[in-house]
Amino acid sequence: MMRLNRRDFLKSTGVTILGSALPFGLVKVAFGANNPGQKFTFGYISDAHIQHLGGPKFVRNWDRGLIRAVQEANLLSPRPDFFFFGGDLAQLGTKEEIDHGLEIMSKLQGKVNYVMGEHDYYFDLGKYWESKLGPHYYSFDHKGVHFVVLNSILTHDEWTFKKWPTPMDRMLAMARLDNPEGSPFLVGKKQREWLKRDLAKVNKDVPVIVCSHSPLQKIYKGWNFWTDDAEQVLALLKPFKKVTVIYGHVHQVQYNQIGNISLHAVMATAWPWPYPKTYSQVKSYLPVLTVPMNRADPFFERDATGWQFIDWKTGHADMHYQLPNNKDRGVAYNRKTGRPEDTRYQDPKKRIPSQKHF
Amino acid sequence: MGKMARIIGILMTVLAAFGFYPQSSADEFTAEDLKRWEQQFMVVVKQGEKLFHSGDLGKNRVSCDQCHPNAANTHPETYPKFQKQLGKVVKQQEMINWCIQNPLEGNPLALDDPELTAIEAYINHERRGVPMAPGKH
Repeated sequence: MMRLNRRDFLKSTGVTILGSALPFGLVKVAFGANNPGQKFTFGYISDAHIQHLGGPKFVRNWDRGLIRAVQEANLLSPRPDFFFFGGDLAQLGTKEEIDHGLEIMSKLQGKVNYVMGEHDYYFDLGKYWESKLGPHYYSFDHKGVHFVVLNSILTHDEWTFKKWPTPMDRMLAMARLDNPEGSPFLVGKKQREWLKRDLAKVNKDVPVIVCSHSPLQKIYKGWNFWTDDAEQVLALLKPFKKVTVIYGHVHQVQYNQIGNISLHAVMATAWPWPYPKTYSQVKSYLPVLTVPMNRADPFFERDATGWQFIDWKTGHADMHYQLPNNKDRGVAYNRKTGRPEDTRYQDPKKRIPSQKHF
Repeated sequence: MGKMARIIGILMTVLAAFGFYPQSSADEFTAEDLKRWEQQFMVVVKQGEKLFHSGDLGKNRVSCDQCHPNAANTHPETYPKFQKQLGKVVKQQEMINWCIQNPLEGNPLALDDPELTAIEAYINHERRGVPMAPGKH
């Protein structure tokens, strides 16, 4: 599971690697003196969508996905410094779902930082989640990197407060990804002002990692692969030398480079989403840089799901996707091209038929 | 004349009895007809959309759209095709039933069940305009 074949890629980026055929935990990476921050790794699990069926029953498939991710993440060696959970722990935001999800997550060895997803939020506007996990948005520093967690799944007050007869009607409306009655995600003015104040205290040379649930870029509005004020949020991050945005929600491999900002999506533990371009009636804007994940085999229920760990060993957030039925994917920053690239498949000639989505 | 005329006469009587009128057989439909048929079709598409987004189709509250928003990634134009996991050529209805039985943990629908027709109508409608590609994987 932890075996990585990063030698060719790392060579080309001017990084020396020792013992590249060894399991990842034993690999030592040496890198130049001008890398800000110290070496560390962290794990990232997202989009579990724990779904309650009444009484003690929950959807087995989604439970198994999260349980498997937690078990695998517990095998990481050396231990990551901490984990993130990228949002959508619950399917319909109820106490039962959040409690059950947190019970499974409690087996994960290590501290977990939680990100709010729309499925956690739109039943009670995040009240139960907050009582268990704390503020909806926050920041902290770790080994020379400034981490920011945003609640990017807010929307217009009109939609949230005036449109729906009951909280569960609102939750069900937002839970349907392709709902024409949905509403675009927003970080919102209040949080953008908080972010501005938070970043004012940070030196511009300090690398910044922002974790949000929705993409802080605009891919397809119809499924909310989209944050309506993404440009305004990215504008606040622009003065920093090195910024990484990590987001959930899309249940698939996506990555992009916008100026100084690298963006990466994480996998879901529950189920994969199709790439928006497979909906033939509309236009979407998947970053051209992205080499898609393999098309899912529905007969293997964990296929095209997974989790990831992220290393900061080269001074960039390099993604290692752990995919149960496929070769693991690596997306790492290439210093020559100045953007994240797949460590195996970036060259169009090296791509495989199952990466073609239609 | 006599014998041939009698045979033609009998033939015409038989055809008339089955509703064939050689002089007025062309099915001349109007713009209103087309509109009505389209409406009839769209009623079924809407029923299909509702079923596709319903937790009631299977037994575990999971709905088709949880994996297939706007019925994406269903590839109706590729059926019948060799479904590698089943080791044979299957049609789209069989795959819909496979999904109802497995991720949705429910019971399969009869191939002439109006609910299955409605689901198929919704899926194909969301894929309208895409060229047929039977057998494509």
